Amino acid sequence: MTTLHDLTVAELAQGLKAKSFSATEVAQHFVARAQADTSGSFLAVNPEATLAQAKASDARIATGQAGALEGVPLGHKDIFVTKDFPTTAGSKMLEGYRSPFDATLVRRLAEAGMVTVGKLSCDEFAMGSANENSAYGVVKNPWDTSRVPGGSSGGSAAAIAARVVPAATGTDTGGSIRQPASFCGITGIKPTYGRASRYGMIAYASSLDQGGPMARTAEDCALLLSAMCGPDPDRDSTSLDVPAEDFTASLGADLKGLRIGIPNEFFGEGLAADVRAAVDSALVELAKQGATLVPISLPRTELSIPVYYIIAPAEASSNLSRFDGVKFGHRAKDYTDLESMYKKSRAEGFGSEVKRRIMTGTYVLSHGYYDAYYLQAQKIRRMIADDFQNAFKDCDVIAGPVAPSVAWKLGENANDPVADYLADIFTLPASLAGLPGMSVPAGFGAHNMPVGLQLIGNYFKEAQLLNVAHRLQQATDFHLQKPAGV
Amino acid sequence: MSLTSQDIDRIANLARLELKPEESERMLAQINGFFGIVEAMQAVDTSGVQPLAHPVAAIQDIALRLREDVVSEPNNREANQRSAPAVERGLFLVPKVIE
Repeated sequence: MTTLHDLTVAELAQGLKAKSFSATEVAQHFVARAQADTSGSFLAVNPEATLAQAKASDARIATGQAGALEGVPLGHKDIFVTKDFPTTAGSKMLEGYRSPFDATLVRRLAEAGMVTVGKLSCDEFAMGSANENSAYGVVKNPWDTSRVPGGSSGGSAAAIAARVVPAATGTDTGGSIRQPASFCGITGIKPTYGRASRYGMIAYASSLDQGGPMARTAEDCALLLSAMCGPDPDRDSTSLDVPAEDFTASLGADLKGLRIGIPNEFFGEGLAADVRAAVDSALVELAKQGATLVPISLPRTELSIPVYYIIAPAEASSNLSRFDGVKFGHRAKDYTDLESMYKKSRAEGFGSEVKRRIMTGTYVLSHGYYDAYYLQAQKIRRMIADDFQNAFKDCDVIAGPVAPSVAWKLGENANDPVADYLADIFTLPASLAGLPGMSVPAGFGAHNMPVGLQLIGNYFKEAQLLNVAHRLQQATDFHLQKPAGV
Repeated sequence: MSLTSQDIDRIANLARLELKPEESERMLAQINGFFGIVEAMQAVDTSGVQPLAHPVAAIQDIALRLREDVVSEPNNREANQRSAPAVERGLFLVPKVIE
């Protein structure tokens, strides 16, 4: 018998509309799963609030006012502020913090009828690639609990893979939706920068941060993304004036004639053989469906690492200056004056990776170094964006690996932050260019760990990416497999 | 180039971060390790290239929008101050600033 947690978002939405089960029954089922979860994915649940939301959904279904995703449960990455749940951003700095408002994306998904099950773990202030930088403990990958789930949206990815929630929000600054999706064998998409509001997403690097959906299928991601996108002119000054879109409309379209660009820089010696084999077989499948594989070049792929790790910390050092122990967040107990209160509060509240990035960012923005580092990085950023536009003259979509390897062991890179940085090489270029990118399950590699195929589209081509992922999922069953014991 | 421990102290002060001696030492090694990969950036000829701030500006003009200068928020002081470390009579409390 199929249980509720085996259903996709699309199937749950349909069953709720057909009154096969109620939103309250669904909410109770998923809250119980969240409470029983031992992976470390959940940072907060609030059954009372969840059931109140579900009850309101049932009332709307009864009166024929159901939204597109009425009664379907989801989890929110703990970087999105929520009225009904505490929000920590994975940091001691915000322990116990209660936001007076909901993030725009939280509000929009609620308006579509979705019910929030809880808040999901992430790296502190979304800084990390393994979820090991959370102040509230690691998250275990459900495919192998001795391995990381990826990061920074690691709780979101692990909870979906373990079928604790059918969908979740994530945020992607340098790969934080795509890489954990790849490591946990689920599907996730980062839309074009500026398409989904950043209001209420605790800022890490404002010119890169972008929220998006994570779920098991491309169809489910399309359903959520349709509710998330659209201008937020009064709340987010970088939100683009691009209308919302029904991303499910073109799902299933033929791939004949589609040109898929294969960047040779993504298939160099740094790529593990098992990941390459899975990615290659997914590309063969897409070619079988009529797509043409075109060799392309993204010559500045390697440079994206220093460029990103200059720009993102620079913006972070500015954004995180708001945590000073005055209006919200941690305040040290012992201090002598205002300045010592700032210094001690920040020393106690922030974890080591956050401090490293604040230090790096402060340095590259400081007098005498701004031109050599920050400005130079922003110039190369434009060259990287231009490289993509050159590549898109020869292809419609770009495909390659998400990460050089499958999920690594917990603790493996604990003393070597640069090792984590280097592993971001394939996700950083699209982030710097602000392009939509996604990860879709492509098979399994070493130790039977999931491997994701990365798809990168031109600006505003999310529908095209989702369709390619959907077609792949029609022909393969990687997204249907589940970890042992789930 | 390499940073020194004096640089770390200066930057930590600018960032208003108190670092323990062993933390400073580790930070120095790690940040210098990171700047090893930054060197590759310096060799790139970027003359004539405009810096890119909003990524979508790579394909279209992006202007920062201004909203109408009207009151949009209701008074929500109590909820807004709920997570403040120290509040008295609706004001945020800080240590004495002027002696």
